[in-house]
Amino acid sequence: MSVFAIIAARLAKAALTLLCIAVLNFCLLHAAPGDPAVVLAGEAGAADEQMIEQLRERFGLDQPFGVQLWKYVSGVAQLDLGYSFRQGAPVIELIADRLPATLLLTGAAFVISLVCGIALGVAAAARVGKPQDSLLTTFALLFYATPLYWAALMAVLVFSVWLGWLPGFGYETVGAGYTGMARIIDIAQHLVLPALTLGLFFMAVYMRMTRASMLEVSTADFVKTARAKGLSDAVIRRRHILRNAILPVVTLAGLQAGQLIGGAVLTETVFAWPGIGRLMFESLAARDYNTILGVFLVSAAMVIAFNIVTDIVYRLVDPRIGARA
Amino acid sequence: MSFWTRFRSNTGAMIGVVLLIAVIAVALFAPLIFEHSPWQMVQRPFLAPFAVDGLPLGTDTLGRDVASQLAYGARVSLLVGLVSTLVALLIGVPLGALAGFYGGYVDEGAMRFTEFFQTIPNFALAIVLVAIFEPSLASITLAIAIVSWPPVARLVRAEVMSVRKREFVDAATLAGLSKPRILIRQVLPNTVSPIIVMASLMVATAILLESSLSFLGLGDPNAMSWGYMIGAARTVIRSSWWLSFFPGIAIIITVLALNLIGEGLNDALNPHLSRKGRA
Repeated sequence: MSVFAIIAARLAKAALTLLCIAVLNFCLLHAAPGDPAVVLAGEAGAADEQMIEQLRERFGLDQPFGVQLWKYVSGVAQLDLGYSFRQGAPVIELIADRLPATLLLTGAAFVISLVCGIALGVAAAARVGKPQDSLLTTFALLFYATPLYWAALMAVLVFSVWLGWLPGFGYETVGAGYTGMARIIDIAQHLVLPALTLGLFFMAVYMRMTRASMLEVSTADFVKTARAKGLSDAVIRRRHILRNAILPVVTLAGLQAGQLIGGAVLTETVFAWPGIGRLMFESLAARDYNTILGVFLVSAAMVIAFNIVTDIVYRLVDPRIGARA
Repeated sequence: MSFWTRFRSNTGAMIGVVLLIAVIAVALFAPLIFEHSPWQMVQRPFLAPFAVDGLPLGTDTLGRDVASQLAYGARVSLLVGLVSTLVALLIGVPLGALAGFYGGYVDEGAMRFTEFFQTIPNFALAIVLVAIFEPSLASITLAIAIVSWPPVARLVRAEVMSVRKREFVDAATLAGLSKPRILIRQVLPNTVSPIIVMASLMVATAILLESSLSFLGLGDPNAMSWGYMIGAARTVIRSSWWLSFFPGIAIIITVLALNLIGEGLNDALNPHLSRKGRA
């Protein structure tokens, strides 16, 4: 099957998944305790009888269930995720506003965790059984048990409050009016702590996986052959073991993209990072269900898109993977 | 070597057992150690650790005893971790077993369903579920179970598929046992050890999930939990760092203990699978 046929098949599957999530969203809105109109209004229209009535009419809540479902799902298909009465704007606009910050944060965290995780895993595997290996493994075990948001808070405390090295709050310096390069540097400085703390947990996961995978591949016959040929350890490790050991790690990393986006809710909350995770947190207290469900749908779409991209890159990089959809 | 001998020779796993027993003991005896409830004001707010006798970890923003809060928080973490894992097993084991044993359309359907839940970002789904069904211990436990069962289903399916092809299953069929009976009495008991390993690691993940939900303000308002403590102290981290610090350490100790035990169980139950080069 050609790459295009695979992409088409994956896109069809993705559309089906998103449709299911939209239906799930609709059911959840109706499962929430209380009148759906009141639920939709959230805290915004608390006691206003007239507004509730308008809402009921506007969303056709007096119509049969099937009709309502169709309206909701076709709305989602046209990128209409409802209206946030709390923020006074369509949900899709709120999300579009905040999405770049989240993409920047999760993207940076993904790259940091994957690169550092693989590098440390290779280092640990090369010194297996030695003190350096034990030290790295112990650290990985600790990071693996550390709550994301707590690591973030402690990083703010140490590097921002006590040492004053890096900003621990926000996306850029408010009111500084930086432009061009100065602004990029400013944003990068604000990005360091959130991206590092979000990536830490996943770095531990990838490190453990790389280490195990390297050790497993190093017993393969072709490695013995390479050694018998007289190649140096470094060359064998880089060209023979790593290239094979890295595949399962990258697969796992692709599958875990969803967790990274979930973690972003916590990281963005701690650092007041203006992304969709922070938007979700703000909507929780206001019980703004339209926004919560909108962020949920968009984050699922991000995960699906990311998985399709990794899948395609993967097939291009490794021709052994059968061209099955 | 017996299972217990192998498990006991694993230093990490034994450290895990000791830590976990300590946490369980604190959770069980919390009412005996602290005479006041974790919600009760006992002193001035924002007291530093050891500033006043009898309050080794100080007081929080409302003057409540942090040490007592930690002890009662252990109850919530362990309870939610354990029960949500059991519920996840109740969903995942039957689904995976049916899919692996019967194959065909059953398998196809069950795996599509599982895949759907694996695609959805699980923490985001947990947030949505708890937010919609109002935060309570029941809704939190259920939400965590709903986002954690897919790996169980996949594992059980794979195990059942491999056990199903073994000779003793053919023998049972020849002996005239019914299919459901073979599945329950012959096949499933042979898949127990990997499920136990996975379950012990799932309790750890569930504790992290519960604390994250509570941190975001989605905890049960009537139960003191570690995540809630950190969330409540978040805004005063500059002046009173210890209020966020100690609950975090408690979470790390508990999760670490469970992970160590899980790895120890894995090495002891599946010695032929334990990866090479483990120190």
